[in-house]
Parts: sequence; structure tokens; C-alpha cells
Amino acid sequence: MSAVTAEVREAVVKKRRGHPSSHGEARFGFAMIGLSVLFVAVFTAIPIVASLGLSFFSWDVISTPEYVGLENYRRLFTDGPVLKSFGVTLGMALAIVVLQLTIGLGLAVLVNQRKLVWVRTLFRTAFYLPLLASTAAVSIFMGYLFDYKFGVVNYYLGLLGIPNVPWLTSGFGAAATIVLIAVWQQIGFTFVLFVASLMSVPTDVLEAAQIDGAGGLRTLFRIKIPLISPTILFAAVVALINAMQLFDQPYIMTKGGPGSATTTVTISMYQKGFQNLQFGYGSAIAIVLLAAILVITGLQFLAARKLVFYQ
Amino acid sequence: MTESTGTLARIGRITGVAVLVIAAMIALGPLLWTVTTSLRTPAEAFSNPPQWFPLHPDFSNYSAVFDRIPIGRFFVNSVVVTGLIVVGQTITCTLSGYAFAMISFPGRSVVFGIFLATMMVPLQTIIIPVFVIIRYFGLSDSPLSLVVSALGSAFGTFLMRQYFMQMPRELGEAARIDGASHFQTFLMIYAKMAGPAIATLAILNFSGFWAEFYRPLIFLQSQDNFTLPLGLVGLQGNLGTGSISVVLAGVVLAILPSVVLFIFAQRYFIAGITAGASR
Repeated sequence: MSAVTAEVREAVVKKRRGHPSSHGEARFGFAMIGLSVLFVAVFTAIPIVASLGLSFFSWDVISTPEYVGLENYRRLFTDGPVLKSFGVTLGMALAIVVLQLTIGLGLAVLVNQRKLVWVRTLFRTAFYLPLLASTAAVSIFMGYLFDYKFGVVNYYLGLLGIPNVPWLTSGFGAAATIVLIAVWQQIGFTFVLFVASLMSVPTDVLEAAQIDGAGGLRTLFRIKIPLISPTILFAAVVALINAMQLFDQPYIMTKGGPGSATTTVTISMYQKGFQNLQFGYGSAIAIVLLAAILVITGLQFLAARKLVFYQ
Repeated sequence: MTESTGTLARIGRITGVAVLVIAAMIALGPLLWTVTTSLRTPAEAFSNPPQWFPLHPDFSNYSAVFDRIPIGRFFVNSVVVTGLIVVGQTITCTLSGYAFAMISFPGRSVVFGIFLATMMVPLQTIIIPVFVIIRYFGLSDSPLSLVVSALGSAFGTFLMRQYFMQMPRELGEAARIDGASHFQTFLMIYAKMAGPAIATLAILNFSGFWAEFYRPLIFLQSQDNFTLPLGLVGLQGNLGTGSISVVLAGVVLAILPSVVLFIFAQRYFIAGITAGASR
């Protein structure tokens, strides 16, 4: 064996262990991550720190920022409308997540029972299509469909003898309607996730259950759901993070109204930050929203330690 | 199996199918109504009952929407912005995803850890500083602001890294021994095999940024710079109640590219959704 092959082998072994084999490799690594690091740093990492920093200042974008300590946070926790927007967001987000998970799971289980592949593809396409439209487009046509006087929904309810429902023109109605519209559009996300993970449940486990005489519902709750519980947790976390940022639909359909019934946190942040040019106060709202999201996500993972079954 | 459980099973199966069909009708109904109403004359667009099947389709709304608002302009803006982001992120994320998966360099795990941490932070909670930075670079009210601030992606990097991690290292080692440079090894061997992951990332980015409303609303002021979703919402405001069929024609035009892409690349859309779930 020559010295050269020994050297090469040594270099390969070194590389497998993850040690830099040369300065060249390290330099290459830095060059490769350079662009991503630059853009993620400038437009994500630094803004996270800056958002926290700005929340201690009073700033209208034009004049010099003025350090105000915790004043923005003190103001936030005594600002009735902004506090209410946190409550509105939390309520709507919870409703969206619960409906999105249960309906998505139910439909996934039903589709999963279909034996024909083309039937499964057909339903998957149907439930996925709303996801292809932008929330702006959805908000526009849903606004027409749920119109109080001329809307198609109230027209058909009228045929059944039900008087016009103030879908978007009453406080509770608007919040509930926006929840339904968000669920309608997002259902494809949880559905596709759950179908994929139900497919991965090993058939021998299901067969064993069948031989032991477990019925359909028993198999569902005792075997399928526990086995896909990591996916359910993932869906719950992602859906909640999204729902806590609910903005487009209420902004376009109701402008946060009637009154402040659908003014979510992101809408109050938009109003304070970009309409009233209170960048410091807007940042404080953003930081509290971020904290709320992190706390709720943490709670989800905590609950998951008891409920989620990892193989 | 007794006869009663057989009947029970059949009832269960029929109920299941019925629920699926009703759910599919609810999912598709609003979309179908949007398409068929965009084909009604402006005068009868808002009259009930709705026309579920356009017997006498009227395409005048589709020309009207070009006359009333600069929808062509919005379309071009959307194509340019979305296209540049898709291409740009494909490059940045493929490069960095490969480096994090295959190359060892000092500080790799720390930098990757920071990337993962930023994935947890929603865009809306950092939008104010991002807006300030955009302004600082003189990009406010420019469609380019949407592109530049979306060129890096921790999620995209993560997605590409996961894919490269599954590839055999021996191929690259062999190429290196044969005298290929680090970059040649990446470009000629690994990047070529990354097609499915690149397609997934590109599709995910296309559908996400094509539909985007929030950043355009905050970054753009003049109508000439609007992207489609922002322009459409403006259109709705301009026209009032008279002719919703024109607005809906615009809506259909905006959704169409995504639907066409979905027809041809359905599996990458699905892969995009499930990609995040596999830890």
C-alpha cells in the first residue's frame, strides 16, 4: 500500500468525522452560506433584535427616536382596545385551530378509507383548491357570498325560511364568519398532512387490531390517532402560529369591525405602527404577540408530552 | 359476520361518502360561483339565484377589468416579484443547504442553530424593523423591496439541507479524489440530484409569494407598483357595488396561474406541505 492511498484514506476518514480537512473546505463552506447568512441576518435576525430594541423607544420615523424605557409596555397593558384585540385574536385563533384540526382529521380518515386511488386524488384536489387562492381573493368573493342583502348564502337560507343572517355586519357574526372562511381555506393543509401520515400507519398493526375484533371507531381512537399524534401536534403548532397572525381577511372584509369585533392584534399593530406612525408602540405590540405565540406553542409541546405518542 | 353488522357497516360507508361529497361541494362551491359569476353580465351579476352553469357566458368582464384598472401592470409586477424571489431563494437556499449538510466549517452548528431559531419568529412581529431597513436602502414603494427582503430563507435552507443530508457522501469524496473542486462537486454531482427538493421549494415560494398581501400592503404606496392581490382589493373599493362580475373576473385571473401550476405539479405542492412535518 502506498503512502498516497493511506493519506487519501485518512483525509476521507477525517471528513466523515466532520473535521475540516483543509482551510479550503472551511473557506468554501463560508462562501456557500454567505448569501443566505447575509439576507437572513439583515431581514430576519437583526429585525428580531431591532423589534425588541424599538419597543423601548418612542419614534415616528421622522424625528430622532426617544428612549422611553418600559413606557410602551405600560401603555399597552392599560390600552383597552389593544388588549381587546389580543382577546379577539386568541378566541378566533383557538376556534380556527380546533375546527381546522377536527374537520381536517375527519375528512382525512374518511378519504383514507376509500380504496380507489383516483377517488382519493379527486377529494384531495377538491380540498386543496381553496389553498391556491390568495387570502385577498378569498376575502373578496367571500365578502360577496356572505353579503347581508344580496349574498348567495342568505339567499339559500331564505329559501329554507331562515331570515337574513348578519354574517359580516354583527360583531359575533363577523368574527365567526371570518373563522369559518379561514377554516374553509386552510382545511387542505391539515387534510393533506393527515392523509399522508394515516397512509404511513403500518397495515399489519391495523390487521392485528381487526383480528382482535376492534371496530372502526376503536381502531381510529386507539391506534390511528395515537400513531399519527406527532403529525397532529405539528399541525396544531403551525396552524396556531398562522392563526395568531390573522390579518388579511378581517382587514379586507370588515376593516376590523363592526366596531372592533374583528380587530386582531396584527390589525392594531398595523394601525398604531403604520397608520399612526408609532413605531415604538407598534414594536411593543409585536413583541407581546411574539411572546404570546411562544408561550402558547410551549404549552402545546407541554401538553404533547402527555398526549403525543412517539414510536 | 352477522347480517346486522354488515348493514351497519354499509350505512357507515354510505354516510362517509355523503359527508365527503358535501364537504367537497362546500370546498368547491365558492370557487365555482366566482368563476360562473365572472361570466354573467354586470347587470345580473348580483341577482339571485346564482347561475351555477353559465349557459350564456359573457366574457366582457374580462376586457372590462383591463380597461378599469391597470391589471396588466399588476400582473407584470406580480410575475417579476414572484419570479425573482423564486429564482433568488433557489440559489441562496441550495448553496447554504448544501454547505450545512455536507461541508464542515467552524461555527456551522451555531449558525445553523440561529437559522432554526429565526424560523420560529413570524414575519408580522418583525415587519416594523424590516420596513425601516427597506426605507434605509431607499427601496420604499418599490416592488424590489419585496424581492430583496425575501431572498434569504431559513426554512428554505432547512428544507434543502434535509434533502442533501440523505445523499451519499461517497459520491463527492470520489469526485474530490478525482480532482474535482468543492464547487464542481456541488454543482455537477449534488445539485443535479436535488431537483425534487428544488422543485418543492420553488413551488412553495411561488404559491406563497404570488398570493402575498401583507408585505405589499405595507411596502407599496403607488398603484403602479401594486402586485395582483393588493391591486384587486383596491379594485373592489374603486368600483363599488355595481359590477361585481368585473371584480370577480380579476379574481379569477389572479388565481388561474396557481391552479394551472397545481395541475402540472401537484405532487410538489403536497411535498411542500409534508416537508415541514418530517422533523
